[in-house]
Amino acid sequence: MQSLAWSIGVPLAAAVACFASVPTGVILLLLAACGAAAWVPVWQLYAGASGAYVVGDWAVPLGIGLRLDGLSALFMGVTAVVFVIAGVHALAYRLPERRRSAFWSLWFLLWAGLHALYLSNDLFNLYVTLEVVGLSAVALVSLTARAAALQYLFVTMLGSLAYLLGVALLYAGYGALEPGALRAAGEAGPLLWSVLALMSVGLLLKTAVFPLHFWLPPAHAGAAGPVSAVLSALVVKASFFLLVRLWADLFQPVAASPALTALGLAGIASVLWGGWRAFRAERLKIVIAYSTVAQLGYLMIFFPLAFHTQPFVAVDAYSGMGMLVAAHACAKAGMFLAAGSVLHELGHDRLDGLDGWGVRYPVAAFAFAVGGVTLMGLPPSGGFVAKWLLLRAAFHSQQWLYAAALLGGGLLAATYVFRPLGGAFRVVGHVEKKMPGVLQWSALALAGVSLLLGVVAAWPLDLLEIGRVLETRGAP
Amino acid sequence: MTTAVLYGITGIVLFSLGLYALVVQRHFLRRLLSLNIMGTGVFMVFIASAWRPAPEPVDPVPHAFVLTGIVVAVSATGLGVNLWRRMQAEKRGEEAP
Amino acid sequence: MTKNAGTSAGVRFAAAALTLAVAAVLVQQAVTVMSADRTGVGPLALRNLDESGVSHPTTAVLLNFRAYDTLLEIAVLVIALLGVRASALPRPFETAPAGRMLKSFSHFLVPVLIVAGGYVLWVGSHAPGGAFQAGALLGAAGVVLALAGALPELRAPGTGPVVGLAVFLVLGLQPLFAGDALLYYRGEWAKTVILLIEAGATVSIGWILAGLFMAVHRGDI
Repeated sequence: MQSLAWSIGVPLAAAVACFASVPTGVILLLLAACGAAAWVPVWQLYAGASGAYVVGDWAVPLGIGLRLDGLSALFMGVTAVVFVIAGVHALAYRLPERRRSAFWSLWFLLWAGLHALYLSNDLFNLYVTLEVVGLSAVALVSLTARAAALQYLFVTMLGSLAYLLGVALLYAGYGALEPGALRAAGEAGPLLWSVLALMSVGLLLKTAVFPLHFWLPPAHAGAAGPVSAVLSALVVKASFFLLVRLWADLFQPVAASPALTALGLAGIASVLWGGWRAFRAERLKIVIAYSTVAQLGYLMIFFPLAFHTQPFVAVDAYSGMGMLVAAHACAKAGMFLAAGSVLHELGHDRLDGLDGWGVRYPVAAFAFAVGGVTLMGLPPSGGFVAKWLLLRAAFHSQQWLYAAALLGGGLLAATYVFRPLGGAFRVVGHVEKKMPGVLQWSALALAGVSLLLGVVAAWPLDLLEIGRVLETRGAP
Repeated sequence: MTTAVLYGITGIVLFSLGLYALVVQRHFLRRLLSLNIMGTGVFMVFIASAWRPAPEPVDPVPHAFVLTGIVVAVSATGLGVNLWRRMQAEKRGEEAP
Repeated sequence: MTKNAGTSAGVRFAAAALTLAVAAVLVQQAVTVMSADRTGVGPLALRNLDESGVSHPTTAVLLNFRAYDTLLEIAVLVIALLGVRASALPRPFETAPAGRMLKSFSHFLVPVLIVAGGYVLWVGSHAPGGAFQAGALLGAAGVVLALAGALPELRAPGTGPVVGLAVFLVLGLQPLFAGDALLYYRGEWAKTVILLIEAGATVSIGWILAGLFMAVHRGDI
């Protein structure tokens, strides 16, 4: 599929173009071009094309293979939606003039890195893509929050190194880097277990799963609005994506129940702790950042559900996970854009000083509330469909603890979503400030997509089915 | 014991030493150095995996990985030192008038 | 971050225990994999060396078989420099003026470094060397110039850092128009393409390495 090469080449070229100071119109054009470069292969895959590609035409063990399947296509599609809308938002967002061109180049480099990560089918190449994503995310955070960016840099470097040591041991042991080949060669044993532990801990650190989440709230809350949006919506999920890839492909022979339970319990802890801290937070962006920790917890619960021996449980868990990724990405990006634009206009986002923000900025407040619907998992949002599927998997496999966490997490979400909305419509004298319409409406557009996902759920779920690998575990 | 085993063990020891220092040390530069030592350990493991007994030529692929890894490590280190330096400068108001 | 305030004995003990456990498990695995029969992609790379356009296997892996890794790696370098620019300070630091010794020494050292860089770049196709080593030498030349106070302030963005990525992209995407794969180049053309990519990469690597140093030293960029 030639379009896979373009989906990486176009955003890279856009990043190069942004080295010259480009006018707004050109940036809009570049955003559209990159969005198209992402959606063309997704569409081709949906229409039945094969998603395999070899870079440089060197057959795979020698060259690097790319692979687009339902899961990566879903991630790519969502990435394009978030990047285009948040990019339009960023055009209206005030940034210091000297940092503007750096911002746009980094924006497109991060985008290219995400595409490369979703597509790569080579463990070492995946390491390089992890670094492209991690370092460009750090650089984007450093636009506004240096201390948080430094901590984030440490975390992302440590995570990548743990992953890379796993790659080194695998290459030394099996002489291969392609997950499929390793899966055929690898047998359950101490080598695979230690590599599994190394790579998983490294990636969990990057995914900010409890208790490795400490770095996320300062980084995500300290970044500029559009940056927070893509970090929370996509960057943490990129390492989650790689975890799913590795566990489903490479580590299936060793995906024993204690390891799966450990992931599930870390997920429950993330849901509870993230929800509690979001409820107790004093600033709007901190609320949203901790809510990301909680929502990532649901994604961890996917693991014990998906590796269940009954195929239909695995399929439900897989579909639920994909839906949650898509719905949460759009909802969270919308909420961060809304909060970012409030911060942008008011100069602060302290909850005790936000009375009447719904009157001043009705569209932003509405976007926040609509995004909240997905976080709580209420119909008709995409979050509802996702939770429904995950709950069904939990019930059918009689894993009650996970079912309780999924339900309890929704209640916690309600508490922290309603808290900032509590005083939102209290009338506070005159309405003095007007916000650029683009800032608010882009937030609402993204939140709206997360709601819409629940209505058109069949399409993403169909897409996700293409090339699913998990059901093969369906042993009697 | 072959050369590869020796290099492999050294790599793991370096990685672990770096990990220990990363947890224990508080100063920014020491922690950045710890990460670099961990990285060097990983590169050693790659180098070890390239080793072949005498008549066979070594495997060039891990060598290429190490070169790529070094460039990535330099980039991350350079970015980190700069962020830290600027944070310090801002704290002290060290900029030129 | 406080100035190297030591951590408590408890933390150190826990860290030591954790590290030892990690080390014990991993050393065992390393011994196992390193003593086993070796497999790898190496023989395949050596067999295809003739088609790659260069005769040094590591260069062939870096710039042809796995050129895609290298493309992304150049992007990582650019990201580091952009990250420095993104956190730019309003004004550069004050630096002490360079001594006369350093200044006169730099007149001698910098040309040597540039010539050595060019040589290492050229030799990379058949012997150890290549864009990264050459770029590092150029970067060193930049550092010497910066220390000698001979470089102007780097306030403007400049296109130097992105030349390598741009050349790589143009040459890498160009085969797509002919219906070939991304980064496809073979036979006699391959050598020219690789040399062009390496030349561009050398300029960017040198620039970026020097730039990262300058940013710490003087606070510009």
